[in-house]
Amino acid sequence: MTGAGGMPVEVRGLVKAYGPIRAVDHVDLTVEPGDIYGYLGPNGAGKTTTLRMLLGLIRRDGGSVALFGRDPARGIEALEHVAGFVESPTFYPYLSGRENLQLFGALDGGVDRTRVDEVLEQVELRNRARDRVGTYSLGMRQRLGIAAALLRDPKLLILDEPANGLDPAGIRDMRTLIANLPDRGVTVLYSSHLLAEVEEVCTRVAIVNDGRIAFEGQLDELRGSFGVSYRLETADDQAATTAARDLEVSIAVADGGLSLEADPSAIDRLTVELGRRGIAIRYLARQQRSLEDLFFQLTEEAS
Amino acid sequence: MTAVARVYRWEIAKLLAQKRTYLGLGTAIVVPIIFVLVLVLRSGGPNDVPLGRYIRDTGLAVPFVVLFFMSIWGLPLITALVAGDIVASESHNGTLKTILTRSRERGQVFAGKTLATATYTLVLVFAMGLVGLVAGSIAWGFHPLTSLSGTKVPAGHGVVLLLASLGVYTLPLAGIAAFGIFLSTVTRNSAAAVVGALMWALLMQLLGVLPGTESIRPYLLGTQFDAWHGFLRTPADWAPVIRAIWLCALYIALPLTGAYLVFLRRDVAGE
Repeated sequence: MTGAGGMPVEVRGLVKAYGPIRAVDHVDLTVEPGDIYGYLGPNGAGKTTTLRMLLGLIRRDGGSVALFGRDPARGIEALEHVAGFVESPTFYPYLSGRENLQLFGALDGGVDRTRVDEVLEQVELRNRARDRVGTYSLGMRQRLGIAAALLRDPKLLILDEPANGLDPAGIRDMRTLIANLPDRGVTVLYSSHLLAEVEEVCTRVAIVNDGRIAFEGQLDELRGSFGVSYRLETADDQAATTAARDLEVSIAVADGGLSLEADPSAIDRLTVELGRRGIAIRYLARQQRSLEDLFFQLTEEAS
Repeated sequence: MTAVARVYRWEIAKLLAQKRTYLGLGTAIVVPIIFVLVLVLRSGGPNDVPLGRYIRDTGLAVPFVVLFFMSIWGLPLITALVAGDIVASESHNGTLKTILTRSRERGQVFAGKTLATATYTLVLVFAMGLVGLVAGSIAWGFHPLTSLSGTKVPAGHGVVLLLASLGVYTLPLAGIAAFGIFLSTVTRNSAAAVVGALMWALLMQLLGVLPGTESIRPYLLGTQFDAWHGFLRTPADWAPVIRAIWLCALYIALPLTGAYLVFLRRDVAGE
């Protein structure tokens, strides 16, 4: 599954600078075989710049990139098992969808008509295959972009914001398509600025902000990497706040109650202390923070 | 099929799918027809240009006279239209990143594009010449040609001279095309590259007519459009032909080398 040898993606200390601005600042990434790897970050975080370097489109200023053990800066052979698109898939507007795919297939060394039909069928564009791409909607171009990538029978698929322009049904279909790819031996690197878009399909994620990796790992690790919060309501919130601060437990007023950031043992000590001080507890519950909240916190903290 | 041949084939297919190709090719075909029609309908003629005096004697003279008129800005413009667009349109459409992430090296893509432009230039000149020959022969017959030395050249041999002349005429045009490819690669802007290549061609023509430029005139690109005159002399004068060959090779090689190096090394972001 690792093709020519090595991990599908191994990036170490990657740097790209535009004058004094470091668009990518010592980024490390490891995408393992069978991963659907989410590369997340707000717009302008440096995701697309990283992907461009992965595909050999722009030169790096430092660090190393290896796709299945081969450096894309040293020649097109490194992309032998790789396909995908950055920013958005692009085509010749004056050629039909089929002609565009045939052209790309020819650049790959030739492709037969049946294979072109297969990938058009996969992205549900076969009935528009004869129309000029200039007449396609944004969503149709996205789907044709995935078809163009699949045409290469890749072992690594690099997709940059592939849900752009897709309607909700299109996004669902694309997720299903991507989720099934590892079963066919395809590893996916999926870049997006929306965590909600990838959390259902991605096995691992890297969150990037201002060109730096703020988190890399599994989503469960992301959830666990932040302190658990609790909601507390008492008969005397002011006295409860004093008790919490005496125990050095982080506490804040929130939505008519109190919010605590602490581990379970600190909560245990606080409840005993509240009882000792005669402060009645009316409500105490663990709050599950959404991944979206964590994502925002992470990217805002980093910036 | 080699890698470059595959790219070349698809570059030709892309040219054939674009209106600008037919606009240029159509113009190259229509101009000699209009030229003949005007001369058929009106008296007088281009007596002050090479072979102009004999234009009604034989259809063979027509393509030579048309070559003269089209060298000023017609063919340079039509050539620049495609050469200036060949790389820049990929930048404009954003397709450069797409083709550069398929299985072809940048050098192979560049070679395919250059060959396609050269093919277009060659087709342009030969189509114009052959249409001129046919239109002229319909109007005035296919008779022996009077050479620039005043001798009669049999019609069959005249066709050979015409083909050789068209071949040599293609060289300076290829020089303009090479400059167009250079601008297309460097500016990433079709309009700038097309206009820039045309300006380059006109500058070369202008320098050739300015007083005081006699010493550099033989080495200007524009002068090489007249190199075919050597074939039309008796005996043939090879000096201008040979000079056109090596000089145009330089005019072609220098901008192409520059464009190649830029194309190989440039960052492709958002194009």
